[in-house]
Amino acid sequence: MTNETPVLEARDIVKELGKGAGKVMALKGVSLKLVPGELTLLMGPSGSGKTTLLSILGCILSPTSGEVRLAGHSTTGLGPEQLAELRRQHIGFIFQSYNLFPTLNAVENVRIALDVLGQKGYPAAARAEEVLREVGLGHRLQNFPSNLSGGEQQRVAVARAIAASPSIVLADEPTAALDSENGHAVMALLARIAKEQNRSVLAVTHDPRTLGYADRVVRIEDGKIVGEERRPEGVNSPEITDLTKKRRKANA
Amino acid sequence: MILTLAFRNLFHDRIRLAVTLVGILFSIVLVAVQLGLYLGSSRMITNMIEKTNSDLWITTFGAKSFEEGGILLTSGQRHQALATPGVKAVIPMVSAFAEWRKPGGGSTRVAVVGIDAEDGGLEPWNLIEGTWDDIRAPDAIAVDRSYLGDLGIQGVGDTAQIALGRVRVRALTEGIRSFTQSPYVFTPLQRARNLLNMDGEKGDKSTFFLVQLEPGANLETVRTALQARLEGTDVLTKAEFRDRSLAQWLFKTGAGIALIGGALLGILVGTVIVAQTLYSSTKDHINEFATLRALGSSGSYIHKVILAQAGLSAVIGYSLGMIIALLILYLSRNSPLPLVMTPGLAFSLFALTLFMCAISAVSAIMKVTKIDPATVFSR
Repeated sequence: MTNETPVLEARDIVKELGKGAGKVMALKGVSLKLVPGELTLLMGPSGSGKTTLLSILGCILSPTSGEVRLAGHSTTGLGPEQLAELRRQHIGFIFQSYNLFPTLNAVENVRIALDVLGQKGYPAAARAEEVLREVGLGHRLQNFPSNLSGGEQQRVAVARAIAASPSIVLADEPTAALDSENGHAVMALLARIAKEQNRSVLAVTHDPRTLGYADRVVRIEDGKIVGEERRPEGVNSPEITDLTKKRRKANA
Repeated sequence: MILTLAFRNLFHDRIRLAVTLVGILFSIVLVAVQLGLYLGSSRMITNMIEKTNSDLWITTFGAKSFEEGGILLTSGQRHQALATPGVKAVIPMVSAFAEWRKPGGGSTRVAVVGIDAEDGGLEPWNLIEGTWDDIRAPDAIAVDRSYLGDLGIQGVGDTAQIALGRVRVRALTEGIRSFTQSPYVFTPLQRARNLLNMDGEKGDKSTFFLVQLEPGANLETVRTALQARLEGTDVLTKAEFRDRSLAQWLFKTGAGIALIGGALLGILVGTVIVAQTLYSSTKDHINEFATLRALGSSGSYIHKVILAQAGLSAVIGYSLGMIIALLILYLSRNSPLPLVMTPGLAFSLFALTLFMCAISAVSAIMKVTKIDPATVFSR
């Protein structure tokens, strides 16, 4: 296992959604820690509370009770602007539907994540191109989302998520809209980001194809964590090993 | 990136952009025409006052405007004014409406302005034919070229009749128009008095006295002294008489209110159209704004994108609107009421357009302020 100091920690999170008779308890006392260098999968059936937990961990939703600590600071009582500040400083997001800006090309879609952080001009453009090359899209820099395949769009989204070097990357069903080949490519990319860049990556998924890439699998059902499995230390997934070999071969 | 995103959002839907620009353009043209007319009218009303070389105006008490001077001032009052310390000259002037009988039949109303140019108070400006010396000849007058048709004459040398006297056009001016649409007729003081029947038993009466002060004289002191000496008169600065004339023609007649009302309507229509299109554009891009929020952008960052959209719309709409407004301005140059555009008005219109678009952005900003970034996970 990598560094044990958690960058993100949720303690006894309860979340109620709705009001009155329609009130639902989406999370019932969930606790979870994310550490650097680890790809964690959060798996569970539809309606189990995966996305609600991801939203709370990502400082998008506030819990009804419990505490989230991000980079050592409690998020309890923070307002929307302070939570937004935490998101842009520490968290990169990857969405199921990519959520790219249709009117911006690949570089601009990445640059905008840097722009909200105040990084502008040539350095931001250079950094955007660098991360796009890192995810294998060096030849598609000027393409608009409508001219990119689903896999390519998700890789742009990954590039956008890591451009500002966040300590945490949260992914919501990153392979759900992709075919098998692209799904594997994106998961390999996320595993690489966790390992090589020492980030904490949490992917919400119900896609069994993703299991082989995980360092840890957390299972959630009916708003509660019901199980956790961890890959034994020193054992790499076949996909990661294969990718590393390919990269070494390419660099040789 | 804010400007890039705003620009792309704006140009993403060309039809909506066209509707926005037409809204701004319509608004700018309407406001420019209304304010141009207002400015043109104001200039026409105050032109004669502004062109005089005087520090103070003596009018009969309650005189409404240059054309409606009211009860006449006497030569005795002029002498009293001249005897006031600090007064260098008191120039008599006559101004009154009179009937102009056309040589070919029919009549119209004119505003006769009688003054002796050699006194240094006022002389017809923009003379394009003839000189002041020509106007000093017996029966001679000067009129503006733009009114030749209205007066039923062709030009210099033609004759007509004003009230009881024959007159001959000896000089022509260019661009001296009258807000009342009664053409100005310039003639020497005594000739005007004769035409208007102000001589004889009424004596050498005048409508106004133009007062010039000695160098170094204090205007307020002289004014107070004149007011104390001249019972039944008003002693006004040029600015005060100008404002009184403006108030009379633009506001008491309702003409100015109609023009300003038209301009306000233009602003209102423009604001509503731009607000509607900006709101619908924001609604269409709401998912992108939610994504921005989820990525950690501040509320103000998103507001800036919307304001930049509004600003870009304003710049493009203003440019197109001004091209059309200037075209209308050019076409109106020979009309009875030509539009006026000044650098100040053009700048004010630009500021107004920016303000209008910023106000229009409020509804869109309110919409994005309520964005729940959690919606990014529900798509």
